[in-house]
Amino acid sequence: MAMIEVEDLRRTFVVRTKSGTLRRGRQEILAVAGLSFAIEPGEMVGYIGPNGAGKSTSIKMLTGILVPTSGSVQVAGMDPSRRRTDLARRIGVVFGQRSGLWWDLPLRDSFDLLARIYDVPRPRYTTNLAAYVDLLDLGPLLDQPVRQLSLGQRMRGDLAATLLHDPQILFLDEPTIGLDVVSKTRLREFLRDLNAERGTTVLLTTHDLGDIEQLCRRVMVIDAGRMVFDDTIAALQRVGGATRTVVVDLERPGEPVVVPGAVVTRVEGARQWLTFPADASAAPIVSALASGYDLVDLSIQEPAIEDVIRLLYARGGAHKAD
Amino acid sequence: MVTGLSSIGVSTRVRLYAAVAVRGFRRYSTYRAATVGGVFTNTVFGVIIAYTFVALWEQRPNLGGYTQQEALTFVWVAQALIMPVGLLGGGILEEFAERVRSGAVATDLHRPTPLLWWRLAEDFGRAAYHFLTRGLAPVLIGALLFDLAWPRSVSTYAWFLIAVALAVGVGFAIRYLMGLLAFWVIDIRGYLALLTITQLFFSGMVLPLVIFPGWLRGLAEVLPFRCLVQVPADVLLHEGTGTEVLPLLALQLLWVAVLLFVGHLLTAAAVRKVVIQGG
Repeated sequence: MAMIEVEDLRRTFVVRTKSGTLRRGRQEILAVAGLSFAIEPGEMVGYIGPNGAGKSTSIKMLTGILVPTSGSVQVAGMDPSRRRTDLARRIGVVFGQRSGLWWDLPLRDSFDLLARIYDVPRPRYTTNLAAYVDLLDLGPLLDQPVRQLSLGQRMRGDLAATLLHDPQILFLDEPTIGLDVVSKTRLREFLRDLNAERGTTVLLTTHDLGDIEQLCRRVMVIDAGRMVFDDTIAALQRVGGATRTVVVDLERPGEPVVVPGAVVTRVEGARQWLTFPADASAAPIVSALASGYDLVDLSIQEPAIEDVIRLLYARGGAHKAD
Repeated sequence: MVTGLSSIGVSTRVRLYAAVAVRGFRRYSTYRAATVGGVFTNTVFGVIIAYTFVALWEQRPNLGGYTQQEALTFVWVAQALIMPVGLLGGGILEEFAERVRSGAVATDLHRPTPLLWWRLAEDFGRAAYHFLTRGLAPVLIGALLFDLAWPRSVSTYAWFLIAVALAVGVGFAIRYLMGLLAFWVIDIRGYLALLTITQLFFSGMVLPLVIFPGWLRGLAEVLPFRCLVQVPADVLLHEGTGTEVLPLLALQLLWVAVLLFVGHLLTAAAVRKVVIQGG
């Protein structure tokens, strides 16, 4: 059975507008407009979309702190908003922008309190704590008040705190926001191992496409409350309109090269850039270049996910894996 | 599989809330400078009010049935209770408003623990810390500077501690209810100022309720605020036997029960509002 199952999920908000001293308007905003998807146990799925696309709203409905207007949601076999408290014991939620730790207290105290809140058996708590302290390198931080931790340290603390009760599903909202490159890499490695070793299902919301590229095989893109893409990262890079680029270094500067299936978009001395459709094979282009010209070097650039996403948003169409 | 809180054993729950209370105590104990500054402030105000009362009781001996010595004791007991019962706000009140405004309340809702009991336990920890520091220290200084009416019987002190614990419960419930307003009102600062003034006045903090004129005293008697200062002070000053003290404690207990019950209902309403309307 799917870990998360969402069927035609909708959510509207009523916004009151002031249009004069006494007149009050009532406007309905459709934040989530019919989402359907399923996530299997052990999947790690990227969930992206521009601000206001309905990501947070849909996650709130998945974690039970917002009631859907219509449609159905099943998470770990439960209806989240009806069984919020029960579900809370099975899931973990981490917001990069907020902390679930006690600001004034040493990190250790937060862990201890959370273990009691989730009623984690003592031996289990000790084992988990030891494991996460080791994996996330929290040892030296345990006795420091949370307010003294750096953003990266706090984030690691938050992550460990969320995992103490062995959640089956982890909802991560912008976990790497504001982190430096080293912290980001560490966090990603940790998440990858967690998913591989414990089989934790992860739904990762982020604006950092690097997170998604490095962690998720599958990515869901929503825009204006609708799913516009739900497939693998590889498929995302082949979405219609996306292009790949061949960069060639010739022996000497010259006229733009002529190769069937590719177009020169830029020339800079001996270096030239050729683009071709992302869903076409690079092999004939490379061999045509190699046979027709004297090459010093050659490389192929995959389409930047940012560009693909921009195309997707602009196109507004939907792409789903079958 | 039902794993709701109801299925958790009582002892586990007691241990959870005890741990929460201990953390509440520790949270506040990390701010030493604030504590020292607070003790100083309480002491200075205690001295000022004490001299005012000396002047008042010299003009009107036995005012409100208090001897001058009892009136001075009242001053220092009241100073000791300001922080534990949250007469000036503090604790949950501002924190609630802040958590609702920043959206951090979502984190609270993602926890399988009832908000009200959690916060009550934490507030008891906070109150215990404030009682031992900003309560006791000014009283000891006051006792050195003035001649106070100390009860002789040990049981009076025990009754007094119970009355203080109940006062903390009433104080928490009032601030919790006020804090819940933040779910409906964007800025609660105005209400907060109103609450502070009301609490200071009708708790007996500004003047003992025993010297209020008839109608005002009648009003004070039907409000919960007298449970915060006047009632614990009465318990201490009257050196009462059980029959005199128990009705006072029962009154406090009644208010704790009523206010927490309302708090329970309004918490459910606040959560429903967030969950249904989206905050």
